[in-house]
Amino acid sequence: MTVLLLIVLLPLAGFLLNAFWGKRLPKVVSGWLASAVVFVSFVLSAYYFAGFVSGTQTKIDADIYRWIQFGDLFIGFGFLLDQLSAIWLMVVTGIGFLIHVYSISYMHDDERFAQFFSYLNLFIFFMLLLVLGNNLLVTFIGWEGVGLCSYLLIGFWFKNQDYNNAAKKAFVMNRIGDLGFLFGMFILLTHTGTLHFSNLASIQPGVLPKWILVAVTALLFIGATGKSAQIPLYTWLPDAMAGPTPVSALIHAATMVTAGIYLVARTGFLYAQAPETLTAVASIGAATAILAATIGVFQNDIKKVLAYSTVSQLGLMFVALGVGAYVSAVFHVVTHAFFKACLFLGSGSVIHALHGEQDIRRMGGLKKYMPVTYWTFLISSLAISGIFPFSGFFSKDEILAAAFAHHKILWVIAMLTSLLTAFYMFRLLFLTFTGEFRGTEEQRHHLHESPPLITIPLIILSALATVGGVLGLPEFLGFHHWLKNFLSPVVAKSGAHAHALSHSTELALMGGALAGAIVSIAYSYILFVRGGALPVPEGEEKGITRLVYHKYYVDEIYEKIIVQPVMFLSDIAYRLLDRRVIDGLVNTSGRLSMIAGGQIRKLQTGYIGYYMMFMVLSLVAVFVYALLIRL
Amino acid sequence: MALLSIFQTVPVHYYLVVSAMLFCIGVLGVLYRRNAIIIFMSIELMLNAVNLLLVAFSAYHNDSGGQVFVFFVMAVAAAEVAVGLAILVAIFRNVHAVDIDELKNLKW
Repeated sequence: MTVLLLIVLLPLAGFLLNAFWGKRLPKVVSGWLASAVVFVSFVLSAYYFAGFVSGTQTKIDADIYRWIQFGDLFIGFGFLLDQLSAIWLMVVTGIGFLIHVYSISYMHDDERFAQFFSYLNLFIFFMLLLVLGNNLLVTFIGWEGVGLCSYLLIGFWFKNQDYNNAAKKAFVMNRIGDLGFLFGMFILLTHTGTLHFSNLASIQPGVLPKWILVAVTALLFIGATGKSAQIPLYTWLPDAMAGPTPVSALIHAATMVTAGIYLVARTGFLYAQAPETLTAVASIGAATAILAATIGVFQNDIKKVLAYSTVSQLGLMFVALGVGAYVSAVFHVVTHAFFKACLFLGSGSVIHALHGEQDIRRMGGLKKYMPVTYWTFLISSLAISGIFPFSGFFSKDEILAAAFAHHKILWVIAMLTSLLTAFYMFRLLFLTFTGEFRGTEEQRHHLHESPPLITIPLIILSALATVGGVLGLPEFLGFHHWLKNFLSPVVAKSGAHAHALSHSTELALMGGALAGAIVSIAYSYILFVRGGALPVPEGEEKGITRLVYHKYYVDEIYEKIIVQPVMFLSDIAYRLLDRRVIDGLVNTSGRLSMIAGGQIRKLQTGYIGYYMMFMVLSLVAVFVYALLIRL
Repeated sequence: MALLSIFQTVPVHYYLVVSAMLFCIGVLGVLYRRNAIIIFMSIELMLNAVNLLLVAFSAYHNDSGGQVFVFFVMAVAAAEVAVGLAILVAIFRNVHAVDIDELKNLKW
């Protein structure tokens, strides 16, 4: 338990050190200090993880102190470490450490260097709280905390008003989701009296009325759509790319946005009793996946493409959750963390080399200048496209198979999504790294491979993206699905559907997905390398392209039907309620006491005679009164 | 005991009347007079009216507690007079008057 506490508290200590003394420390010290605390957390996490793998470690579920106690209500502040949280622990601290190291180099010119690292440490702290909480409320603290850090880091370069707006948007949208989370907790608390995962899990099916289960799971899922950027709350994630690239890699690709997946997987026992919600989860996941994938095809900002790809991949994970394939979802979270972090860090390396250029129309031909970035980017793109034998192949294939077994339409959408993924990822790769350089002469002059602190994390992550598939080799081919066995004590009902498929069907699905991805990549190659096609300049898109390029105008629609009415209402509320009613009340009461005081103070004449007269009269009055009640 | 019988030759309500008259004189003196020293004396009059009553009741009820109490009242009154006169001296040094109507600066 103490060690577990240490894992959580070390990043907090790092945050405090950097927040209070960071400015006085040399940049190297503050950066490496922040990385070191996360590294120690990682080592300690690995110790637990190894314990779970070898079977010597058992589940830890203990309250540190009694937090809220009120009548029958009891909520402790405690941690739960089991196989599921151990996996997240490894991903958060492991990838977190790599990204810290990367940031030392990436942010070295920034004057608020120490502050950046203190935010990163704080984020790791809250993320660990989120995945280690043994009840929903502790998880919620982490949930809110990562939202706060996300806000702080998106708006890290706050001198740019657009970035501030992006940060605010992310925060507000997350808060909308959090409201669902809160209401879900309230309902659970009213009807079960507990928020502890272990207590909730032990509630027998049938004890809780159906509508409560559906309501709770749906509300928790609304929370998940906010954090994990699903329809209708996904639009903040692409805007969140305003933050520094390591932030995008850490928070908006690898860790925080998977919190929604974690929540659903963690409370899977509730979802299992509410198939209606699971259908909604799968449908929303599928809709988000395909929507984001189509948008990704037409984006020209290197980070925006990756952002939409993240939204789309998260959608696929929700599809997996929705069809009950929890293990596949977790598997995809892990592999996605590897290759998406690598892609983001790779894009950061490119942006770094081009001094802030993010538009792929002004890139190209970077392969020969930045070989390490190119190769790692290529490996990760192959992984995300689902090419054998990279990790994405295995995890995506599992999701596709589970979707196929559940409902064919889900499978068609998921399949289309992965084809589009392969297409736009290689469009991005080809436009960035092949062909001729399309930037300015000055940029060409400065082109360089990034320093080792940037390339080494890239290499490690691409290696992980390559071999990550061994965590879950397909069972139907006679392999041992390690992750499934590992998670079996926590996630009971997973992958039940996948077994319904015959070997030949699974094999056909796998082959089909692989062939489709290769065809997509080939098409992309023909289009962008052979054909040398370039995205059209701003404003010259036509027809459907225009619609998709402008992200289906979802932001504009939200602006019109939600933001503007809300602004209008708040303006009215400001003028009427705030200015008139509330300010009026305050001012009136102030004025009343001024008038009253102005009158009453005249009693204080300064003449002692008056005072004495009042004193005597009052005494007489008291006596008369006392006499009267006697009578 | 002889003393007690002398007291008791006068009915108790006589003492009550005298005491009430003394008290009223004291109150009126406080209210009407402007000279601070006379106000002081009037306050003493009120105190002594009460003292008289206490002693009288003490005698009639055969309870020495009332007389003990009177000693306390006298001691406190003496202390109060000492403080009060000191304040008066201080006031006189400032405004060269003991007329309480002159002391009207402490207002609003």
